[in-house]
Amino acid sequence: MSDLRLMKGNEALAEAAIRAGCQGYFGYPITPQSEILEYLAAEGRARGMIVLQAESEVASINMVYGGAGAGARVMTSSSSPGISLMQEGLSYIACAELPCLVVNVSRGGPGLGTIQPSQGDYFQAVKGGGHGDYRLLVLAPSSVQEMADFVFDAFDLADKYRTPVMILADGALGQMMEKVTFREYNPAEHIVAKPWATTGKPKTRERNIITSLHIEPEMMEQINLRLQEKYRLIAENETRCEHFHTEDAEYLIVAYGLAARIAKGAVETARAQGIKAGLLRPVTLFPYPTAAIRRLAETVRGVLVLEMNAGQMIEDVRLAVEGRVQVRFYGRMGGIIPAPDEVLVALEGMVKEDAAQHEEVY
Amino acid sequence: MERHMISPDVSGLACVYERPGTLTDTPFHYCPGCGHGVVHRVLMEAVDELGIQEETIGVAPVGCSVFSYNYLNIDMQEAAHGRASAVATAVKRMLPGKYVFSYQGDGDLAAIGTAETIHTANRGENILVLFINNAIYGMTGGQMAPTTLLGMKTTTSPAGRTVETAGFPLKITEMLAMLPGVYYVSRNSVHTPGAVRHLKKAILKSFRYQKENRGTCFIEVVSNCPSGWKMTPLEANRWMEEHMFPLYPPGEIKVPQ
Repeated sequence: MSDLRLMKGNEALAEAAIRAGCQGYFGYPITPQSEILEYLAAEGRARGMIVLQAESEVASINMVYGGAGAGARVMTSSSSPGISLMQEGLSYIACAELPCLVVNVSRGGPGLGTIQPSQGDYFQAVKGGGHGDYRLLVLAPSSVQEMADFVFDAFDLADKYRTPVMILADGALGQMMEKVTFREYNPAEHIVAKPWATTGKPKTRERNIITSLHIEPEMMEQINLRLQEKYRLIAENETRCEHFHTEDAEYLIVAYGLAARIAKGAVETARAQGIKAGLLRPVTLFPYPTAAIRRLAETVRGVLVLEMNAGQMIEDVRLAVEGRVQVRFYGRMGGIIPAPDEVLVALEGMVKEDAAQHEEVY
Repeated sequence: MERHMISPDVSGLACVYERPGTLTDTPFHYCPGCGHGVVHRVLMEAVDELGIQEETIGVAPVGCSVFSYNYLNIDMQEAAHGRASAVATAVKRMLPGKYVFSYQGDGDLAAIGTAETIHTANRGENILVLFINNAIYGMTGGQMAPTTLLGMKTTTSPAGRTVETAGFPLKITEMLAMLPGVYYVSRNSVHTPGAVRHLKKAILKSFRYQKENRGTCFIEVVSNCPSGWKMTPLEANRWMEEHMFPLYPPGEIKVPQ
């Protein structure tokens, strides 16, 4: 069934989880995402989902481990400090290759920080967060519609690659209301066989063991090689980004999530003023759209990275650009959302600087 | 690993005692005299007798029994340190028709995993928690545990545990018995044939209660650590009786009314 609704991002995400056939949710209240737990405690339970309010985020993520290991489609959600508490568990889940969804409706940090939206968890989400060589597949929605859509994608990707998938949103996306349409999705057509799950050992097969312990270094290296090969496959097949006026762009903004929405407004205003601006929005943060940015770096005169943090994704942009063109940064921290005007000023500054340099050369 | 088996002529003899089919052929890695092997065996004898091998899922801890999944021939999950009961909670919630147990040591269950232990019990999760208490961190080389006795020497209480620096030995079993979600609590040991038989009865009861959805069943096994305690197995068992039992007396602590 597909229908149009007006919903908060958190609620849309929770509703999508039910429709995606999520069988178990384990979570702990934290602002600004408690609506997910609240919605599922009412709606999810009424529609057959196991919904457990755990004693902590540490317990939640380990319940996700147990539930995923038992072969069920399971998830948790939290916000930045809670996601920090889950990092050990995520590392175990990645190593044991358990499919699951982890949602971070992030807020400003560090520390207890603020409950206002932030993108300060980019490094944590994309570069590992927990110990050891592992990756999360990270999806970054920028609308309530995508808060819902990416849940279906996340569960399917998790099952396809036997890997934890994170939806990295922020408090604004979680709290704001927009119209949302739920896609046609029949979980029965998407649920995959999980012959590795611990469901009780029949006589016909060897026992299944879910573990991240491989004490022999030769074995542990093999596990690592397998994980790295999986991440390479994911990068090859699942990299996603959105192009907005990039075809003829002279100045490129790179931004994801909420920041990308703000950037779109700035791009439109700039174009009305005669500046050929464009936006590239990474939709997957791991795998990162490195090739797309590299291609654009060949043709644009400057790149502006816009983030709601001190400059984290800019490192990946620079790795993609590899010095072909100057990469500048504009960001706000601590739960402040940059206004489109501020972005426009930063963009204009880049254009002026470029023109001045151009004059110097000639 | 090479195993040296003695194969005497047994034709004409009746088998009265054998390895349960639910244990794998892998030799235990446990130190000589350690209680883990006996507890593993008794647990799997119970699974055998109830015929529930296909319906039982175990959760292993971090500690000496981290490799218990190498020996127990059932589906198993290896949990992060202290989180075995949270993992077991989710396994049981997702597979409510199965038998689920966690197997945890004193550091795992009563130190790093205290919150998970208490809240699993307080929710009355329909699982069996097997708690092996030898008052020491065996795997990491004999450090002080939450259950270490006052005056007991470990590598991190070299002059003996004192109240001033480390507080009191934690009687977590008695704490858990207070919770209404906990249905059955029993403290056991495995150092005599009688004690082993009692443990088996407690495990059988716990699985039966689990089938009846009665709530959390909690079995403590007061055990030894000859290597960590720097004693021979016999000395360790004697020391356990003389010093551990006064604080952790074996017996039925909470039985159904």
